[in-house]
Order: sequence, then structure tokens, then C-alpha cells
Amino acid sequence: MPKIKLSENTINTIKDICAEFENKESELINVLHKTQGKLGYLPAEVQEVVAKELKSSVARVYGVVTFYSYFTMIPKGEFPISICMGTACYVRGAEQVLSEFKRQLKVEVGESTPDGKFSLNCLRCVGACGLAPVVTIGEKVFGRVAPTQVKAIIGEYRQGCAADNVKSA
Amino acid sequence: MEVVNLIVDNKPVVVKKGTTILQAASEIGIHIPTLCYMKLDDLNIENKPGGCRICVVEVQGRRNLAPACCTDVAEGMIINTHSIRAINARRTVMELILSDHPSDCLICAKSGNCDLQDMAHNLGIRKIHYQGEQSHYREDTSPAIIREVDKCIMCRRCEMMCNDVQTVNVLSAINRGFNSVVAPAFEMNLDHSVCTYCGQCVAVCPTGALTEVDDTGNVIRLLSDPTKTVIVQTAPAVRAALGEEFDMEAGTLVTGKLVAALRRLGFDYVFDTDFAADLTIMEEGTELLNRLGRHLAGDKTVKLPILTSCCPAWVKFFEHQFPDMKDIPSTARSPQQMFGSIAKTYFADKLGIKREDLVVVSIMPCVAKKYECGRDEFKVNKNPDVDYAITTRELAALIKISNINFRTLPNEEFDNPLGESTGAGVIFGTTGGVIEAAVRTAYELHTKKELPRLDFDELRGMEGIRKATIDFGGIPIHIGIAHGLGNARKLLEEIQAGKSEFHAIEIMSCPGGCIGGGGQPYHHGNAEILKKRQKAIYLEDSKKAIRKSHENPYIIKLYDEFLGKPMSEKAHHLLHTAYFDRTE
Repeated sequence: MPKIKLSENTINTIKDICAEFENKESELINVLHKTQGKLGYLPAEVQEVVAKELKSSVARVYGVVTFYSYFTMIPKGEFPISICMGTACYVRGAEQVLSEFKRQLKVEVGESTPDGKFSLNCLRCVGACGLAPVVTIGEKVFGRVAPTQVKAIIGEYRQGCAADNVKSA
Repeated sequence: MEVVNLIVDNKPVVVKKGTTILQAASEIGIHIPTLCYMKLDDLNIENKPGGCRICVVEVQGRRNLAPACCTDVAEGMIINTHSIRAINARRTVMELILSDHPSDCLICAKSGNCDLQDMAHNLGIRKIHYQGEQSHYREDTSPAIIREVDKCIMCRRCEMMCNDVQTVNVLSAINRGFNSVVAPAFEMNLDHSVCTYCGQCVAVCPTGALTEVDDTGNVIRLLSDPTKTVIVQTAPAVRAALGEEFDMEAGTLVTGKLVAALRRLGFDYVFDTDFAADLTIMEEGTELLNRLGRHLAGDKTVKLPILTSCCPAWVKFFEHQFPDMKDIPSTARSPQQMFGSIAKTYFADKLGIKREDLVVVSIMPCVAKKYECGRDEFKVNKNPDVDYAITTRELAALIKISNINFRTLPNEEFDNPLGESTGAGVIFGTTGGVIEAAVRTAYELHTKKELPRLDFDELRGMEGIRKATIDFGGIPIHIGIAHGLGNARKLLEEIQAGKSEFHAIEIMSCPGGCIGGGGQPYHHGNAEILKKRQKAIYLEDSKKAIRKSHENPYIIKLYDEFLGKPMSEKAHHLLHTAYFDRTE
């Protein structure tokens, strides 16, 4: 794992989040949740700061980060793509949609494209089963996605025309 | 006291409220099998994650089976510990555990000492009916401990030891479900972590997932090298435990047989770390009196309390966790390293050989000693003062490999000059022993009077933190004792906060001190064994003709011929050390 150096600013952001939860170790999950929300991911160096602030051990923090699939140590792309693999989406062909995304982006689940634009992940049910199969990109939800539409969806984001849409959503 | 009435296997039993089914059954002599569960009585150490489900029993009227180790009894409970349902569940659980466990028992380091193997045997498992994926995890080798995580059964004992007892906090369960393992943060290797190599994880691991680095092969090779003079030193706690490896009762002293066995293994000289323990007392005791004298004379710059520094895991612990306090512990090296240093100078000179041709092997109750002897500051031109440290367990293996019938060996004496020791050196092997030895010498050097008594019962025992005040001819000296790094942490935090009342503190990393070391024969969760070893150590002390370090004639001679006096420049160079901030 290459070492990254956190900026003073980032360290302060993490410290502020910890302080918001009174530096309580019992708030570890909430702290990690909020930190990931701010920074996009939880690299080792971030976990070290969290452990220090909450007077917990890095091993324990890492244990929690690896236990919950929501937490990630890999930076998400500018446009994080999530394919719902919940039961309804799955039976309506989510797997084929996922393979098409993998084929188009040339990445595996949990990875990001080299240009940092897209990352690919699976999740379990976004509560929009009526729209199955569902794909979310950022905060935007795509319903009844067919494998044939995947190329076009990616294309939209590649050109950047949908970017504003995502950011404001 | 509120009591609960229940029936276990048709026998009525009355127990205190809050008792577990496991304890209640054991009170009437019914042994429910356990695997992840472990309890060390009197040491406040208990592991009961309720994870393995081997201890399940049938409770009448309850839908599912109850894990006995973590289910409290309730009024009127009717329990069957060996109903067909319970037995089947237990065997199924065991088969499932085994279905994801390497079956290399024949060549596993833990074979014959493995709780999992024993349990499979006791449950009569002859076939594994389940086939599935097997976990594969890379092996992690450090200077002292090997992690073979494929053999981990997630009992979490190591985690409990590392976090709750030692507060070193290196290990945690990571990942989820089938992929979960116990590992250091970011799955780094142990040698990149703050691990102290205390080896308490090894001491409690029920399988071969955590073991010590095996140096027996290296020792055999050196013993058969005609160009080398190979000498051995053996730590005090070894003689109180080695017998267990040969089916002797725990607490049997085997000093004489130990010497005989080492001689038959081919060591050219059989020496005693106790000699170096006496030397440690001369240096550390003098340092204590020195600091104390300056403190009493009003010198505000002097650092007190002075902390003992014999334990390598403890040294690594404060270097990582309390680097701001690295000038408080005594600068005296540990007995192992003092021995190595004297052996490769004074003794090599006596033999007229070069240090490179003298090999020093030490027999230690400890796995951290393997790491300690590899530290750079204990080498001269890359040649280490101590070449190899092997554990009590490894020595037992060597003896067995060499066709030596340990039980029938005669009692033999250590060689001289580095084999003569006092009772003070012996008690280094137990919690409270180092400070008692230091008191015996420091008192007499300070007051110039003979001690009216030699047994300081107030310093002995098994409590995690103990305190005592000893009268040094009108000056009350406050002494603290901690064993287990979690207890040490408490005393250190007191010092940090400026609230410590102590003049001197003894710290040993392992519960019980070296008798409970990570390299000792496995105790399998039986704390009685540690207590018996402790008793044996004090017995050996009481039988010694000389019981004060400064009266050891060979120590006196060593200072006369070679070192000058304690804390002399030469002593400083050979017997003292410096500590490092390891936070980066």
C-alpha cells in the first residue's frame, strides 16, 4: 500500500468529525461514515488519525472498516457507479448489466478506472424494486436498465454533460 | 446472596445468581467441552466470545441449544449436557471447523499440544462430512512469532490477550464471514506493528495458528560445528516448567536434570542466566540507590520511579507507547544480554578465543528474547552477544530429538564461572522477584546492615498490581509491581500524570512473570500451573546457600578482575543500554 501524506486540512477535517462525536470510541461507525462522506474513502492514514482521536487501536478501526461493505479504502471515481444486486434487481438481470459495465469500463467490482472517472460497486437494494434493475451513479438513480443502454449511460458521463446533474442531485 | 436452583444431567445444583451453565456444571464435576472459552483464575483473564459453539447444551423448554460458556443459569433450568441433539450439534460444529482447517497435524508445530486436535479426538470425529472452500492466507514471519492464519479458528483468545490483557492492541478480527481472520491493522506483518513479541497470543492459541520461530535446527547445526565453542545459559523460569514437557507434575524443579540434559546435548559449558540476574541486580540496584540518593539530597532533575528493564517485551512496549518516558527505566540490560556481553568478552578472553568462535545460546521461557538478541545495539561488528534464544518448549523438543531420557537423568551442577548464582537470581522468574532481589541488595548496600529477613511476602503473589513499602533504615521506599502490560500501562499513566507514589516499579509483561512466559510449556488455560511454578521458584530460592546477589563470589570476582565496580565505565559499556522512540 503506497503511503499517502494527508494535508493539514484533511487531518483537521477528520479531527473535527471526531470532535463532533465527542471523540467517543463507541461512535466509531458514525465517525467513519461521516469521514467517508467527506473524503470519499478511508485510506490507512485516515484510519490512523481516527484511531488516535478516538483513543482506539488502528487494528480495531481497520476491523470495522473491513467488516462493513459500505466502507471503502479505495478512492471512488468521480462518478461512483453502483449496481443493485438485491433480489428483485438480480432476477431482472442485474448481473448482465454489471458484466456490461465491467466490459465497457474494463474494471472489476471495487475498482476504479485509471482516469479516476468511474468506480464500480455492487450494493444490496436501494428500495426501488419497482424500477429493477437499478443502477445509481452518484446520487442519480437509473431504473429498468438494460445492458444495451450501458454504453450510452457511460457516454453521457464521459462527455461531462450529466456531471452537473449528479453534483446538484 | 441470591441463589439459583437447577438440574444438570439429573443432578440438582444450587449456584450463585449470574453463574454460567458451564461453571454450574463444573461445580458438580460435569465437564462440558469448550474450545474458544478460556479462563485463567485469579489473573482476571477470561475469553468467552461464545463463538465456537462446541459447548452447546440442551435446556428443557428452550427452542435452541444454549452455549454453556456464556449462558447464565436460571431458576428451575433442566439441562442435559449430552443429549443426542447436543452431541450431534457439537460434532457437526467440529466437523465444520475442521472442514476449513489444514489437516497437516502430523507435521504441525502444535501437534500433541493442540486444543483443536484434542477436541476432535474427544468428540470421536472420524470423518468430515462437509467439503467446502478452504481459507488461504499468507504466512507472516517475524523475529519471534509466526502467524499461520490458515489454522486460525477465530476463537479470539489472542485478540483478548493482545487487547484486553496486554493493551498492545495489535490484533483485531478483520473482514467478514468466511473471509474473517485475526490480523494486525491493514494486514501488515507483525514486525511492522507495535507488537511487543510478549508471546501471550502464542501461549493461548488453541491451534498452530500462532507459534514461535523455531531455532532448534540452527542450534543443532552449531553444536555439531567443531570450530565453534557453544555455551548455553538458562533462565530461572525454565527449571520450574521444563519437567511438564516430560509428564512431570507442574512445579517440579528440574534444575539438575536440566543441566545434565544440556551437557548431553553437547554444549561445551552449561551456565546460568541467574548469574547474570545477580549481575543485573548489582547494576540496577546501584542505579536505584544512585537515583534515590540524589532524589533525597534534593536533586529535582532525577527521574523517579526507576522501572526495571529485564523484560524485552516491556521494553518494546514503552518504546512504542510511552516514548516520552524512555529515560525512566533502568538502563541495565536484561540478564540474557548481560550474560551474552560478559560471555563474549570476559569469558572468551579466559578461553583465549575470538568472539566469533564463541556461540551463546540461551534457553528462555520467552519468545520476545528471540527478538531481543537480534537488536542491533546488542551486536559487535554484526556478531550478536547472544546468537540464539530458544524457548523452554524448543529445548524439550531438542532433548526428545536427541534420545535423552530426561526423567532418568542425574542431577548435575552448572559450570563456572558463569554458572554460580544466588536465590536472588532465581526469583527473577516470577512477578515480584526482580524487585525483591533488588531490595535484598539495595537495602544492605544502603544501610550497610544485614537484612533481618530475606523473604518479602509483601512483594509476592499473583495480583496484577501490588504495592509495598520497605523501610530502608528509616527511609520508607515505596515499591510497585505490575505483571501483564495492561497493568503496567496503568502504573505508567500514573507516572505520566505525576501521581505516582513509587520509588521503584517492577514490570514483567507476562501474567505471572516469566513463569507464565510465551515460551513456556502450554498451560491450556489452567492457572494452577502458573501458581505451582511460582511456588517452585521460591522453593529453589529458599534452598540456596547464598540468597543475595552481592554475595555471589563469582560476581565479586568478575568486578575485581574485569569490571571494576558497578556503573563503572566498562560496566556501562557492556551492561547498560539505551532506548529508542519507535513511534515512527
